[in-house]
Amino acid sequence: MTTETTAANEIGKARKRKEDARLITGQTNWTDNITLPGLGYIAFARSPYAHARITSVDLSEAKGAPGVFAVFSGADLAAEQGSLPCAWPVTKDIVMPNHPPMAVDTVRYAGEIVAAVVARDRYEAADAVSLIDVTYEPLEPVLDMEAALADGSVKVHDEGNKSFTWTLENGDLAGAFGDAAIVLERTYRQQRLIPCAIEPRSVVCAPVGDEYTMWSATQIPHVLRVMLAVVTGIPEHNLRVIAPDVGGGFGSKLQVTAEEVLALLLARRLGRPVKWTESRSEGNMAVHHGRDQIQRIRLAADSDGRLRGLSVDLLADMGAYLMLVTPGVPLLGAFMFNAIYKMDAYRFNCTGVFTTKTPTDAYRGAGRPEATYAIEHIMDDLAAHLHMDPLELRERNWIKHEEFPFNTISGLTYDSGNYEAATAEAKALFHYDALRMEQAERNDAGATVRLGIGISTFTEMCGLAPSRLLGSLLYAAGGWEHASIRMLPTGKVEVVTGSSAHGQGHETAWSQIVADQLGVPFEDIRVLHGDTQVAPKGMDTYGSRSLVVGGTALVEACGKVRDKARIIAAGMLEVAPEDLEWTPGRWSVRGDPDQGKSIAEIAFATFAAHALPDGVEPSLDSDSTTDPDNFSFPHGTHLCAVEVDTETGRVKIRSYVAVDDIGVVVNPMIVEGQVHGGIAQGIAQALYEEAAYDSSGNLETVTLADYLVPSAADLPSFVTANTTTPSTTNPLGVKGVGEAGTIASTPAVVNAIVDALRPFGVTDVPMPCTPERVWRAIAAARGSEGASA
Amino acid sequence: MKISVTVDGVRYEDDVEPRLLLVHYLRDQAGRTGTPIGCDTTNCGACTVLMNGMSVKSCSVLAVQADGAEITTIQGLANGELHPLQQAFHDEHALQCGYCTPGMIIAAADLLRDNPHPTEEEVRDGLEGNLCRCTGYQNIVRAVLKAAGSTGVTT
Repeated sequence: MTTETTAANEIGKARKRKEDARLITGQTNWTDNITLPGLGYIAFARSPYAHARITSVDLSEAKGAPGVFAVFSGADLAAEQGSLPCAWPVTKDIVMPNHPPMAVDTVRYAGEIVAAVVARDRYEAADAVSLIDVTYEPLEPVLDMEAALADGSVKVHDEGNKSFTWTLENGDLAGAFGDAAIVLERTYRQQRLIPCAIEPRSVVCAPVGDEYTMWSATQIPHVLRVMLAVVTGIPEHNLRVIAPDVGGGFGSKLQVTAEEVLALLLARRLGRPVKWTESRSEGNMAVHHGRDQIQRIRLAADSDGRLRGLSVDLLADMGAYLMLVTPGVPLLGAFMFNAIYKMDAYRFNCTGVFTTKTPTDAYRGAGRPEATYAIEHIMDDLAAHLHMDPLELRERNWIKHEEFPFNTISGLTYDSGNYEAATAEAKALFHYDALRMEQAERNDAGATVRLGIGISTFTEMCGLAPSRLLGSLLYAAGGWEHASIRMLPTGKVEVVTGSSAHGQGHETAWSQIVADQLGVPFEDIRVLHGDTQVAPKGMDTYGSRSLVVGGTALVEACGKVRDKARIIAAGMLEVAPEDLEWTPGRWSVRGDPDQGKSIAEIAFATFAAHALPDGVEPSLDSDSTTDPDNFSFPHGTHLCAVEVDTETGRVKIRSYVAVDDIGVVVNPMIVEGQVHGGIAQGIAQALYEEAAYDSSGNLETVTLADYLVPSAADLPSFVTANTTTPSTTNPLGVKGVGEAGTIASTPAVVNAIVDALRPFGVTDVPMPCTPERVWRAIAAARGSEGASA
Repeated sequence: MKISVTVDGVRYEDDVEPRLLLVHYLRDQAGRTGTPIGCDTTNCGACTVLMNGMSVKSCSVLAVQADGAEITTIQGLANGELHPLQQAFHDEHALQCGYCTPGMIIAAADLLRDNPHPTEEEVRDGLEGNLCRCTGYQNIVRAVLKAAGSTGVTT
């Protein structure tokens, strides 16, 4: 589809970003910048208890405080606040408890909203919150998933602590395990993480009559609009949602939040614009968290390392409530535990558990990093068990490049891939053999600082997603994307995309695609997004879907523009349309290229519309709504070398090589940036970050002083490269790159640490692998007294 | 309390509450919203500005402490054309969402004032107080080193 216009050659260029001009000069339009006449600042009172009954809420003093417009309790809003939506009820019998945006009689996690103040400024609002007097009857917190499922546990909800059990099974598992030479059984803990986009959440809502405009730091303006209508009953056509400049998301802004719903309700109550911006310590408690799974994984193999079967039992912590896609997140991993490997049988079983903690939901990778971690970790364990090089073990089991398309044991069809090529490139860049030799030398010498090499040959499913498949998984929405092209009379182009960027660089990459498709200069294209009035249709940005699905919609819409232009050009040139041929930016007469009309000339002809062929509408504008047939499957080989000081437990990443195959690369500069950032976020899980709760259910990592988002000083530089195996399921041949680094890097780092310590008998170090935990793992393996210290 | 403060070359005289944070003064009263807020414990550095030429996290300075001071925000850093650090951040793709960028650039400007020719490690250590969630820092470090190597870098 693209071959006829590739002469423009924008795809593949490291174009510097259009977005930067405003971002580097401070002209950015963050939600918190917005101010309106009469604006009321919202501040929330939040529960200090993980689990408690609300016995009384006294708002009287707060109501009398200076500058206060109004104060509300949950009871005040009970009749109108509805229940926050969960769009992914993964089983027919799922327990999906009511989730009021503001707690009415019970709080189920520390940080849940119990009252709201609206005041003239943010300081007065905060002052008034401190005057709200809520009395609680504390209840026992439910903090441990296994204990939550045991008989007699305190219930988080009356319906019980189990939300659902979801199972996938394929092949003869009993047969695969029955006479297997090797069966490995492991339990891994995916710790709870906090997404920590650097821009805190913020929302402004302005009522005009019965219409409402909401600005929100969201990844999903379109989904949010639909959901606000469903939750509040305000007609959808009276709601406009705008995502202005949004400062990162990583899944945390893929949500319909209590604060957004309450801002809308309070704006309606007060008939004035309102604004809420969270503080970081508020956000760490109240933004949904990620991960938090207990993974029990059993693997059966032959004595030569060939995989036979895999069985996975997951406990996934939902937190206190089901948010937008909470139950679906672990299921995205269901299809990924088998990864790039062939096997005879597979079983996946997941139980979602309620606890009195902040709800979990999508966080960069969403289900796939967890699955990749478990399979890549146990593959290294199997290699160690067999005294085999872990790359050789993987090669023995992976899908060969000539075997694509390949139907996997979990039921997906991988369209393309070349694991051999990516691995060969990574090994060369990493100097794999030399590092293995150095490792052996250090081990033989009994060195204090050991070297470990970690491997992650990952794949992921992205480009979410075929709507039919989402429907079969009981997801409420589709996975299509929309694009439209507006040809302006002066030959400039407005591109409207339903995908909503928040750092990904759509304005640049989309311009490159359209420049190639229409043969117009990159500079003549403007990309519009993130406003439901400007971009009326969209499914927004998450799951590495924007380029794969949204990019395809662009290509299709551009094709329609060319088709329309051809008919009009034929009329202008007084030839038959089939006598015209397309060269970038121009329809011209076959065999007589001087006779032709540029796309700009044709656009102007539709504006004047003086002499169009009969029955032809005066417009080149076109749109497309694209629903993909399949996911895309980026893959890659990440290799990490760490030095571990066995006396202090300190881990230093010595080198990190990532070779990713994400198909055709539109902008290599943006791709490299996505990979860097992704790797950093995965390393953060491996080494630094954990949302920790105390025994009362209070979040201990409320600030960035306690929750250790790594700084420049904590991370190394990475070596990145690409191999290119185009996806066969979309016309651009692209696969998506937003989550790749995060999915791959966590197991690469932990495998490297464990690899360094295997001579001591260490087989796992729980994440995050802090110096203390590394030291304890060594001590425990050595059987020293320090283990219990 | 009455304060007199110069922000990006404009002198303001205002009556402010003693508890008003400098960053709120800059954003809400001086209208300099180019300086964002990322946390409430001075960890993230998004709100970094220059106060009398030295970088400060404006969430940990009271507006009254800025009385008599000259403040430079990201919006006042450029002098007609882009500051070499702004240009280097653009050239090296040192930003994605851009939320940390104003603070990062200002912190880097102070770093280069202090150490005009830093090593990679010195850049990494020097920017320890500024968090970025998007880039993994590699291109930020590259941009700062590039700006350090360019001629005419001034703060």
